[in-house]
Amino acid sequence: MTYITKPAVRHPALEKNALGLTRRDYEGAMSTLCAGCGHDSITASIIQAFFELAIPPHRAAKLSGIGCSSKATAYFMNEAHGFNGVHGRMPAIATGANAANRDLVYIGISGDGDSLSIGLGQLCHAIRRNVNMLYVLENNGVYGLTKGQFSASADVGTVSKRGEVNRHGPIDPVSLALTVGATFVARSFSGDRKQLVPILKAGLTHRGFAIVDVISPCVTFNDHEGSTKSYAHTRTHSYEVVQTDFVPLMTEITAEQDRDDVTAVTMHDGSTVMFRSVAEDYDPTDRDAALSFLRASQAKGEVATGLLYLEDSSEDMHAFENTVDRPLVDVPFGDLCPGSATLEELQKEWR
Amino acid sequence: MHPTDVSNPDYYHKVVDCQWACPAHTNVPEYIRLIAQGRYTDSYLLNRESNVFPGILGRTCDRPCEPACRRGRLEGEGPVAICRLKRVAADLRGDITDSLPKIPEKKNGKRVALIGAGPASLTVANDLMPLGYECVLYEKHGKLGGLMRTNIPAFRLPPAVLDEEIAMIMDMGVELHLNTPIESLKELLDDGGFDAVFVGTGAPRGKNLELPGRYDSDKIYIGIDWLESVAFEHLDSIEERVLVIGAGNTAMDCCRTSKRLGGTDVKVMARKPRDLFKASDWELEDAEGEEIEILENHSPVDFVVEDGVLKGMHFDIVEWHEGEDGRLASETLETIFLPCEAIILAIGQENAFPWIERGIGIDFNSWDMPIVDRTTHQSTRPGVFFGGDSAWGPENIIWAVEHGHQAAVSVHNHCQGVPLSERPPFGMNLVSQKMGMHEWSYSNDYDPENRTPMQYADLEERLKELNVEAELGYNLEETVREVQRCLNCDIQTDFTPVLCIECDACIDVCPLDCLTITDNGDEADLRGRLTAAAVNGDQDIYVSDALPQTKRVMVKDEDLCVHCGLCAERCPTAAWDMRRFELYIPYAGQPWPTTISTAPTTSL
Ligand SMILES: Cc1cc2nc3c(=O)[nH]c(=O)nc-3n(C[C@H](O)[C@H](O)[C@H](O)COP(=O)(O)OP(=O)(O)OC[C@H]3O[C@@H](n4cnc5c(N)ncnc54)[C@H](O)[C@@H]3O)c2cc1C
Ligand SMILES: Cc1ncc(C[n+]2csc(CCOP(=O)(O)OP(=O)(O)O)c2C)c(N)n1
Ligand code: SF4
Ligand code: SF4
Ligand code: SF4
Ligand SMILES: [Mg+2]
Repeated sequence: MTYITKPAVRHPALEKNALGLTRRDYEGAMSTLCAGCGHDSITASIIQAFFELAIPPHRAAKLSGIGCSSKATAYFMNEAHGFNGVHGRMPAIATGANAANRDLVYIGISGDGDSLSIGLGQLCHAIRRNVNMLYVLENNGVYGLTKGQFSASADVGTVSKRGEVNRHGPIDPVSLALTVGATFVARSFSGDRKQLVPILKAGLTHRGFAIVDVISPCVTFNDHEGSTKSYAHTRTHSYEVVQTDFVPLMTEITAEQDRDDVTAVTMHDGSTVMFRSVAEDYDPTDRDAALSFLRASQAKGEVATGLLYLEDSSEDMHAFENTVDRPLVDVPFGDLCPGSATLEELQKEWR
Repeated sequence: MHPTDVSNPDYYHKVVDCQWACPAHTNVPEYIRLIAQGRYTDSYLLNRESNVFPGILGRTCDRPCEPACRRGRLEGEGPVAICRLKRVAADLRGDITDSLPKIPEKKNGKRVALIGAGPASLTVANDLMPLGYECVLYEKHGKLGGLMRTNIPAFRLPPAVLDEEIAMIMDMGVELHLNTPIESLKELLDDGGFDAVFVGTGAPRGKNLELPGRYDSDKIYIGIDWLESVAFEHLDSIEERVLVIGAGNTAMDCCRTSKRLGGTDVKVMARKPRDLFKASDWELEDAEGEEIEILENHSPVDFVVEDGVLKGMHFDIVEWHEGEDGRLASETLETIFLPCEAIILAIGQENAFPWIERGIGIDFNSWDMPIVDRTTHQSTRPGVFFGGDSAWGPENIIWAVEHGHQAAVSVHNHCQGVPLSERPPFGMNLVSQKMGMHEWSYSNDYDPENRTPMQYADLEERLKELNVEAELGYNLEETVREVQRCLNCDIQTDFTPVLCIECDACIDVCPLDCLTITDNGDEADLRGRLTAAAVNGDQDIYVSDALPQTKRVMVKDEDLCVHCGLCAERCPTAAWDMRRFELYIPYAGQPWPTTISTAPTTSL
């Protein structure tokens, strides 16, 4: 908690985006998370990504469940729509909102507790439906909000602040997402903004479900020796498998693209994601290879990061369900609710 | 870059832009906080320690601190009214008799002559009297104060304020000889029996304008002489139409004084365009506020005098172009005539030392100025020191004061047999201002108010008499508002690299994008790749030691930091802390810490 809020005074040379807004215009309320929480750092990257993509704040919807991570939706884009759901149920709410208004930009913020324990089923089905949204899983290995119990992402052998040792095997959200058919799967670290921001931008642009597992140290309950989700451990054990650059539509692609080790994937709106593999022969468009690679690196205690898998030709929920091409608010009321006579007609067909 | 050495007092001193810019290094943010707490007397005493004449300077200072104020670099804000807050402290203070330095009964046996009773000499006396010196002051005029008395008009500086602050020094027991011009320095040196002599005689000669007709009328005055005649009440009126030639500070005082002595149509005539005027913006505005017209690009041609009666003046209307050599050259567009009945020449001052004999060991340079050491103020004759306008030409009061302090250090060393080069160093102290989890000892919230405008006495009233003070000074409400604008730049962001876990919290919370964690590089390179490029080369960037986890460095651009303390507040490890920096300024014979304790401030 802070007694003063961040004052509105800003750097006079602050850059403006295509909408004439500065990064400061994408900020939200003052964070009430513990000072130094990785979640705050992710918030800053989200602000940067929305700013750089020049998304009008009022055209975005922020959704979350319960947890310190889930509180973070309050700390960016004051002017966006928002819904703070019950624990683990954010994917269902996002699915419903997206069904009703397909034109908004959806961002869901969740934690490892919210997503991998109580909300595990919800998450899997949102992935299966390929709901068009960016899903940020702020992963700190603990239930921060309820004072640091191990979560389902805690590694075997992790020692809690009070000295207990975790003996349950972890659920790796990245492997899980690949297994249930996710079309955009990435992992990053709250402390690596250079990597995270392009991934978030690509995820926001991707049509379909984009999940980013972000290691996000809990400074209060899980930043000690014996934790595998601390700042220090993540810095020494994570390594970038693929470097990702996001090139928005209308921006000239540089010679970089023609290099041998660079793969360019064109997104549905014409923007481009460029990959440069750092690990030898890593192919971010091959799901099976990605899975076995991840399993191998996990066995070595390494944390592979980067945009690990991308399939952009995928159809999203609206395509599967053959829904109307407009948000429901734009559909004339008569069409949305044709009246009891029409209902009568319809029911007759099934009698 | 090498890690920044913050134990060198200069580093944090520079962050306090106002204090760094003040020739006497007045502790501005601390005195403003003291005013905010209603501790006017303490605020006055803190001021007095470095600038000696807070009441005078709170009205007249050239205020080099204000253009330097960090607040002025934030969008559309205007600097803190540092100078006028000083006046508040002076106006509202209580009795300070008991807080003034004590003068030892037993003298130290050294006698010092001070020539000229301006601010420079008075400061030397102020610093040396408490050390037991016998100071003997010689003044040409019958009154004390130098140009502060003879040239700065009463409507800007009430004589009572001048008298009171001069008395504080004279009451220390200075031996005074009024109406005693020194006519031979040689004699004084040979027969005076002095251990040291300080020359504080100012730059007493007004520049002339040798154009046709100059000596054909007695209504053409030299500005500083004319103001002196007014101050000594030898003159109490002027003609209706007055032209003042020149656009410096003297011109402003001449035109405003003319308005009070009967001038109805007063014009200031400047050769240069307005942005090149020597007068400060606020002085120009004050003059214009009194219905004085200021004409730029008018170059004087001749004085028109018919039958001994001044009729007016011809001017070339000029346009200025930058020549190939980078110098400005003028081109005449047309010549015009402006009628008037009196002209005041206010085009500058010069030094003159007819009373200093050549060949007594005091060397003069090719401009006929004594050669004076920039640091020690000593002339080429050991034991003879210069300060104020007499040293290197006209400056202002606060520079005269600082010269006085430095000359006093030299005089003291000289008399004690210590080499003049062994000057006492600056020192510093840093104290954490953390009071609790999220509580700081100072008011750290940013106040977006614009600068508080000054209120003036009613125009008609103030033009009626010479001694109606034009500025009313801030009232309590205005003071309360203005003190909150100070950013507390002396409450420094102090960094302890080993504690940092590189969580980025400080970087994200900083409203002015001052902070960056990045790989080290040389300065030009680093400045270019910070969160916000550090384009203001006058402002330092802080670079830490390598950070424990990634070996990158923490960089802070000092330029626009508003000292809100949010970085320290959001830091989980207290790697950033807000610490009050106190500069220890050395004065003659005074070991620091300074005489007045500025006990920890409490929050408002
Ligand atoms: C019109 C005008 C307005 C100004 N306004 C401001 C202002 O608003 N703010 C500001 O900061 N500065 C202002 N200044 C400048 C400021 O007044 C001077 O810079 C300052 O007073 C210099 O101080 P000093 O001690 O060096 O000398 P001075 O103030 O010039 O004092 C020198 C003294 O020495 C005496 N003296 C000279 N020769 C002898 C001798 N041979 N024997 C004995 N005594 C002698 C003189 O009579 C005089 O009293 C102004 C100057 C002028 C001309
Ligand atoms: C239905 C329900 N069950 C349990 C809780 C208690 N609870 C609150 S937050 C939380 C875990 C949050 O963990 P995570 O999502 O990892 O968030 P973090 O605080 O670590 O960011 C739990 C179990 C709850 N609020 N609601
Ligand atoms: S408890 Fe942990 S996760 Fe929650 S705000 Fe504090 S540091 Fe962040
Ligand atoms: S005090 Fe800290 S947070 Fe505030 S402006 Fe300065 S560097 Fe930024
Ligand atoms: S908030 Fe503190 S620990 Fe975090 S990066 Fe800044 S200085 Fe380092
Ligand atoms: Mg968690």
